[in-house]
Amino acid sequence: MHFTINGQRYEADVDIRTSLLDLAREHLGLTGSKKGCDHGQCGACTMLVNGRRINACLTLAVMHQDDEIVTIEGLGSVENLHPMQDAFVRHDGYQCGYCTPGQICSAVGMLDEVAKGWPSHVTGDLTDVSLDDAEISERMSGNICRCAAYPNIVDAIREVAAKEEVSA
Amino acid sequence: MKPFDYARADTVEAAVAGGGRFIAGGTNLLDLMKLQVETPEKLVDISRLDLNRIEERDDGGLTIGALVPNSDLAADPRVIERYEVLSRALLAGASGQLRNKATTGGNLLQRTRCYYFYDTAAACNKREPGSGCDAIGGFNRIHAILGTSEQCIATHPGDMPVAMRALDATIVTQKADGDKRRVPIGDFYRLPGDTPQIENVLEPGELITHVELPAPVANARHLYRKVRDRASYAFALVSVAGVVAVEDGRIAHAALAFGGLAHLPWRNPAVEQALVGQQPGTAAFEAAADALVEGARGFGHNNFKIPLVRRTLIASLRDLTGEASA
Ligand SMILES: Cc1cc2nc3c(=O)[nH]c(=O)nc-3n(C[C@H](O)[C@H](O)[C@H](O)COP(=O)(O)OP(=O)(O)OC[C@H]3O[C@@H](n4cnc5c(N)ncnc54)[C@H](O)[C@@H]3O)c2cc1C
Ligand code: SF4
Ligand code: FES
Ligand code: FES
Repeated sequence: MHFTINGQRYEADVDIRTSLLDLAREHLGLTGSKKGCDHGQCGACTMLVNGRRINACLTLAVMHQDDEIVTIEGLGSVENLHPMQDAFVRHDGYQCGYCTPGQICSAVGMLDEVAKGWPSHVTGDLTDVSLDDAEISERMSGNICRCAAYPNIVDAIREVAAKEEVSA
Repeated sequence: MKPFDYARADTVEAAVAGGGRFIAGGTNLLDLMKLQVETPEKLVDISRLDLNRIEERDDGGLTIGALVPNSDLAADPRVIERYEVLSRALLAGASGQLRNKATTGGNLLQRTRCYYFYDTAAACNKREPGSGCDAIGGFNRIHAILGTSEQCIATHPGDMPVAMRALDATIVTQKADGDKRRVPIGDFYRLPGDTPQIENVLEPGELITHVELPAPVANARHLYRKVRDRASYAFALVSVAGVVAVEDGRIAHAALAFGGLAHLPWRNPAVEQALVGQQPGTAAFEAAADALVEGARGFGHNNFKIPLVRRTLIASLRDLTGEASA
């Protein structure tokens, strides 16, 4: 099988049952994405596939051979942090850090959704999308943090959204 | 996970001829395969089929491709404008990540979240016909109160299908022999009866290709109210999808469907008959709620659903008819 992850081509000979998450972690050495539950319940495995955030544990690698996949390793590097990574560091948006790669990938995908005008469960008028704290919390509910770093995660995301002028 | 063969289908014809289990978003099927609740021998990957568009119908309705992701369907401006109840139901389901992957067809066919169905050590007639039902007499807080059988008391867990039931959607399919058919959503799902493993009228190898929504009801208000254990990212304990129109002080149209109550998205004409022609108000709302819970039966842990759905319906009707909630 062949894959494009973080702009790099990979060839891998893996069992057909391999999830996209296990492909990255166990076969390609991309261990940034985490496995919390392996059942779509925690968001630790969140990756961006063709720009959309998904749970990499609930999809087969074989189904993504023609896709552009981005993991936390592809968003930024230690020397050159992605703005969302930088904001998480400055706002202390984590404690143990296990959920963090998933939170950051999810937040990046989420801001794109807001920019496209996608409403959420807490949006009043579905045609008028703006991003307040209630919106951030709802839109990030697919990422569980056992350490409950939620207030600082929301602070970090709010700051990036404001800088990028995502929505109003 | 048990080993399986895998093939990607590039056309609908190839998919239905494929002789395997369809995988679309995979968010329900893979979850169950990991636990060996589902053990298909062959997966036919339908995720690249050309069924991912939402198109206008001549009658003012919409045709939704079976592969349209839940996120895209919820955010489509035509859906928001004409079928707000559908957008609301979708947005109340799962998480942003899951909605990006979950498809229209897969959502319709997602399986129950009954704990014993998920636990291969438990007795479950749905997973293993004839083995019994550990939910009856067990922990059954999330289980059904209407349309149950001695064999199974599971619920359909979905939100989107509840809204589609209130909207009188039609499910369009193609069979392995190429035959197409259109099934009203009210005829699509089955009650558990003696065969809880059979959940709908699809034949083996029959593919859902589209869902059709008829033209929207004029001047109606839409609502989806979901009651759950946490504010987000949780399945419904009970939910109400409502499309109600009031004209000259009387209820002119009422379509009400319910989640969390039964093996299928529930709809009972008696509930709507108790409302149509009446003035909005407590008397009519109570009559509708009485009609809904008539014959409802709890199994111990889920008895609370009977008063809960009564109250949820009445509160929903207040919002739908503009009556200020006292
Ligand atoms: C943690 C978690 C929370 C969730 N919360 C909610 C919630 O609150 N509300 C809610 O409604 N849902 C919820 N879901 C369920 C989610 O909505 C479903 O998993 C999803 O909709 C299934 O779609 P899919 O495309 O991934 O289906 P798949 O997993 O690909 O398929 C599901 C089934 O449908 C069959 N199938 C798929 N497409 C077709 C087709 N076109 N024709 C014929 N057969 C087909 C498959 O063979 C399989 O049996 C949750 C899921 C998870 C994991
Ligand atoms: S309620 Fe249905 S799904 Fe649950 S254990 Fe009983 S038979 Fe199985
Ligand atoms: S590991 Fe994928 S959602 Fe938890
Ligand atoms: S920082 Fe520990 S789980 Fe989120």
